Amino acid sequence: MQGRWSRVVRTPLGLTATALVVLVLALACLGPVLWGTGADAVNTDDILALPSAEHWAGTDNLGRDILLRSLVAARPSILLALVAIVISVVIGLLLGAAPFVLGRRTGRLVSAAVNIAVAFPGILLALFFAVVFGAGATGAVLAIGLSGAPAFARLTQTLVAGIAARDYVAAARIAGVGRFRVLFRHVLPNIAEPLVVNATIGAGSALLSFTGLSFLGLGVQSPSYDWGRLLYDGIGAIYVNAAAALAPGAAVLLAGLAFNLFGESVAKGLGIPAGFGLRALATTRAAAVPEPAVHGEEDHEPSDDVVLDVRDLEVTFPGPTGPVRLVRGVSFEVRRGEAVGVVGESGSGKSLTALAITRLVADHGRVDAARLDLLGHDLLAPDTAVRRRLLGTSLAMVFQDPMTSFNPTRRIGAQLAEVATHHQGKTRREAMARAVDRLAAVRIPDAEARARQYPHEFSGGMRQRAMIGMGLMGKPALIVADEPTTALDVTVQQQVLDLLAAIREADDVALVLISHDVTVVGEVCDRVLVMYAGRVVEDLPAAGLATAAQHPYTRALVEAVPDMATDLTRPLATIPGRPVGPADAPPGCAYADRCPLADARCRAEDPPLVATEGRHRVACWHPGEPVRPTEDLFETVESL
Amino acid sequence: MSELRFEDVTVRYGRTTAVDGVSLTVPEGEVVGLVGESGSGKSTLARAAVGLAPLAGGRITLGGAPVPTRGRPRPLQMVFQDPYSSLDPRMTAGESVTEAMPPGGSRAGRRAEVERLLELVHLDPVCAGSVPSRLSGGQRQRVALARALAARPRVIIADEITSALDVSVQGAVLNLVRELQRELGLTILFISHNLAVVRYVASHVAVLRNGRVVEQGPADRVLTEPSHDYTRALLAAVPGRPTPRSQ
Amino acid sequence: MAVNVTVTSPTAARPWARFGVRRLGRLLVSLWVLVTASFAMIHLIPGDPVRGALGPTAPMDLVEARRHALGLDDPLVTQYLHYLEGLLTGDLGTSISSQLPVSDIVAQRLPATLSLAVLAFLAAVVVAIPLGVAMGVLTRRGHGRRTELAFTTTSVVVATVPDFLIGVALIYVFGIRLEWFPVAGNETASAYLLPVFSLAIGPAAILARIVRVEMVGVLEADFVRTARAKRLPARTVYLGHALPNAVTAALTLGGLLLSAMVAGTVLVENVFAWPGLGSTIVQSILTKDYPVVQAIVLVYGVGVLVTNLVVDIALALLDPRSTIRED
Repeated sequence: MQGRWSRVVRTPLGLTATALVVLVLALACLGPVLWGTGADAVNTDDILALPSAEHWAGTDNLGRDILLRSLVAARPSILLALVAIVISVVIGLLLGAAPFVLGRRTGRLVSAAVNIAVAFPGILLALFFAVVFGAGATGAVLAIGLSGAPAFARLTQTLVAGIAARDYVAAARIAGVGRFRVLFRHVLPNIAEPLVVNATIGAGSALLSFTGLSFLGLGVQSPSYDWGRLLYDGIGAIYVNAAAALAPGAAVLLAGLAFNLFGESVAKGLGIPAGFGLRALATTRAAAVPEPAVHGEEDHEPSDDVVLDVRDLEVTFPGPTGPVRLVRGVSFEVRRGEAVGVVGESGSGKSLTALAITRLVADHGRVDAARLDLLGHDLLAPDTAVRRRLLGTSLAMVFQDPMTSFNPTRRIGAQLAEVATHHQGKTRREAMARAVDRLAAVRIPDAEARARQYPHEFSGGMRQRAMIGMGLMGKPALIVADEPTTALDVTVQQQVLDLLAAIREADDVALVLISHDVTVVGEVCDRVLVMYAGRVVEDLPAAGLATAAQHPYTRALVEAVPDMATDLTRPLATIPGRPVGPADAPPGCAYADRCPLADARCRAEDPPLVATEGRHRVACWHPGEPVRPTEDLFETVESL
Repeated sequence: MSELRFEDVTVRYGRTTAVDGVSLTVPEGEVVGLVGESGSGKSTLARAAVGLAPLAGGRITLGGAPVPTRGRPRPLQMVFQDPYSSLDPRMTAGESVTEAMPPGGSRAGRRAEVERLLELVHLDPVCAGSVPSRLSGGQRQRVALARALAARPRVIIADEITSALDVSVQGAVLNLVRELQRELGLTILFISHNLAVVRYVASHVAVLRNGRVVEQGPADRVLTEPSHDYTRALLAAVPGRPTPRSQ
Repeated sequence: MAVNVTVTSPTAARPWARFGVRRLGRLLVSLWVLVTASFAMIHLIPGDPVRGALGPTAPMDLVEARRHALGLDDPLVTQYLHYLEGLLTGDLGTSISSQLPVSDIVAQRLPATLSLAVLAFLAAVVVAIPLGVAMGVLTRRGHGRRTELAFTTTSVVVATVPDFLIGVALIYVFGIRLEWFPVAGNETASAYLLPVFSLAIGPAAILARIVRVEMVGVLEADFVRTARAKRLPARTVYLGHALPNAVTAALTLGGLLLSAMVAGTVLVENVFAWPGLGSTIVQSILTKDYPVVQAIVLVYGVGVLVTNLVVDIALALLDPRSTIRED
């Protein structure tokens, strides 16, 4: 935790803000000590004087130095603001945390009351309380404090609700820990950071509101003075001596800025990981040319019916300490009508591969390849309208999360029709008709009515089918599906996969299916690419997954997944350790640490992807070698 | 003594009935797999058992007596699905496990117990001093298991505990569940949408659909000769059929 | 985006009715709380309000007579009912100091405040939303780090400066130094410029900042990726898909800002000697003319509640996920 806070100070904004806050607080402490007597010195010979060498901001109607008064006024202003914010936070915390410890009904009452209070702007509440408590510092502090409480209560409520929904809170309650203990041990520590940040910004607001009240004459009363009071006096004299108002105004501004900027930079600092400053920008631009990827030498004739041709694909993203290659030299091809599965765990780079081959990688990532052709068109060439049309009609994409893949504010039919109006020159009516036709083609019942509905009216499975339908608005030669059924129930998954199969059969459409589920890929696809740490480690026919896999990872993966025929008398095969991310890939084979066959060569040299027979390729120094007896695959003690 | 019984349990959320008259028995020392798709009510049933969801009808008993839902001891414990949300990010693994222990005992005693529990779940006791951000998903699930065991439960409810883990790590956790059940004689209600996983750990299976039990019985019977159409549809939908789907 | 709500069946009408009832209920409760609070305000003040208004030297029988005239001798409940009755008939009481009917005072001063608040709101929205959208596009993930820093810092600084301080500074620059615009009263059209600017600039900065953040967030959304996957031209992606979704969040905050702006008139009017409700309420608080204070608090409160209602309805119409829309 210390590290994160110190990171805040290291950014230029954070440093400035911290310095300002320290300065302001020092002024509040020392101001009256240093300049107290000077500020009170009355000199009736020199009233309402303009700025001069002796009085930098001139004097007021009693001949007192305005600058000194502005400096001394720091203490009451800051102190009163801090007291006000403390009142706001304490009351806000109590009201906001109350629903958690009280019963459901009382809690809801408190929430409702807070919601009503929050609707009214702070200054209105402040005026209300100012009337009740009367003009004066005490009244003003109470007014500002109480008027800020609803906002804090609402914030606390939201934060508490967020934490209360977490499983660890549920676990504590199930273990028998009482509500209050849960509040203090689990909830409050986890909301402390956003609360403190908001309190800091709130201190700035309280200061400004307080100044406002004093400025109106409702706050600090003579003979005491704070910045607001000085402004009140100053604006009366503004035509004679502008500095009388500008000096305290500048002081307020600086103090308010100090608190706000400090709060902002702390928020930024704690929220975003370090290093994304100008330094990182420079590193990505002048990125060292990545070492040439080790790629297999295979010669086979590029055939006419190759739909997708990928050679040495690399995807690089900027990282905290320099660019990171998340896909490290992937090569494969997809023929017409063929279904290729890409399987891998987290960090394997499979999803990025899908995004890269469809040119959807985010702008700050870099995609390089020796070759990336779709139907003979070079996808690495600069974007043109022709290419956009090609991609929009010959390529269909299906993404993972059907809940969020459609625009929630537009109707489904319109979203499908867009493809036709933009790429196929159809009129709105023609496009809509085609959309309805496509929805029917993906077996959505009552397509015409459904086309007029919004995405939230569709179920998950139907949305995926609509997504597929959207891809069929043109005449796709290739469908790229990234975990299309992961978020769906197994029976719905069945329907979607059946649909994909039917489409492929009807129009000879190729498919690239990305999934973490080996069994799905094995069932649906003709060929399977197994990825690990950003590389393809094996490329084999799907039928051979269980019997002819040669890479130890592939075999372990297949064995580790239980199916309906798994031997119940033996423990499940496991793979020790955890999947390696491409950023942490060692110089040799990335799988070496977890592989029972690994030797010194494996750890030093990365094996290339070479063909062993036909189109079967493996990247391993010991392909096909029998693994030692399965007991060794079992994990004993797991250490860090 | 440790038989968990749901008798005609109904749970409502507002206007929707999530669980509708479910009767289910988890025999002592057995693992019952609860299978269903989204909206089947399986998680809701679990939450009702541990007192996180109010019962609108029916009752839940443990060894004949109603399941205590307040205070300690709590003989029913739960392990959750999401390893990233099941541990307080600000507490070390050791602290999380200690919190669930019954009160009393010395500091040294509690520390020894934490070590024992971590070893039971095959974790290096050094992990006790680590915060969750330093642990992998699989390790976090083991800590969650250790925490559940710390409360000396008679029944453990495992709610999709491997669904969020990488495939290569899932197997280890499933092996662990089987091992613990054997060694400690735990009664487990194992919830999952994955039939193959359920088949691996459970001796009995209950199938839920739309808040109702459509079929229940011994695992080998239900999963090979189902009597309900829905169970048949579920089984047919499991990927990995011997015949390829297309062409 | 055509907003077309076609009621096709009786059941479709029910979501409208449900929402309407719910929202209306909330409005009524808030209204009641407001009215009761403004009534209670006076009675919470320690001491005698009439004595406070007339001063310590006023003769006793005058104070008594005034108390009786204002009905302050009756039990609390009676006063409350009397108060409610008065509200429903439009009788807001009489000013203690000027003896004029409060409703007249309010009616006279309301237009100035209303025009100020509305103009400021429009100005803020017209500037902030396009600015925020443009900034959002410029600073989407991986782009414009420097721009983002500059924009965020500027907007924080601008938003921090309180409206009355800006007013004072503007008076100094444009009123005293340059003498371009009038700095007091609302006689001419150009008199609106400085007060509107003071009132609008802070909220505009906040709104622009929030719209930018929303836009950046929306541009990361899955459905924007889908739109890109359809290879739609950039303009369609930003304006047709991203913008409507960013606006709904901005609308909520826009509503809050409008409420805040309504109350911000209090300070700005005092700086610019604007003859509206804001300057009146401060005067009245200082002279302890409580019936006036009560009425103006009520007017402001109602304004805020109505604004919130309008925003809620607009949101419900724009966001099809709410229970209202059904075709």
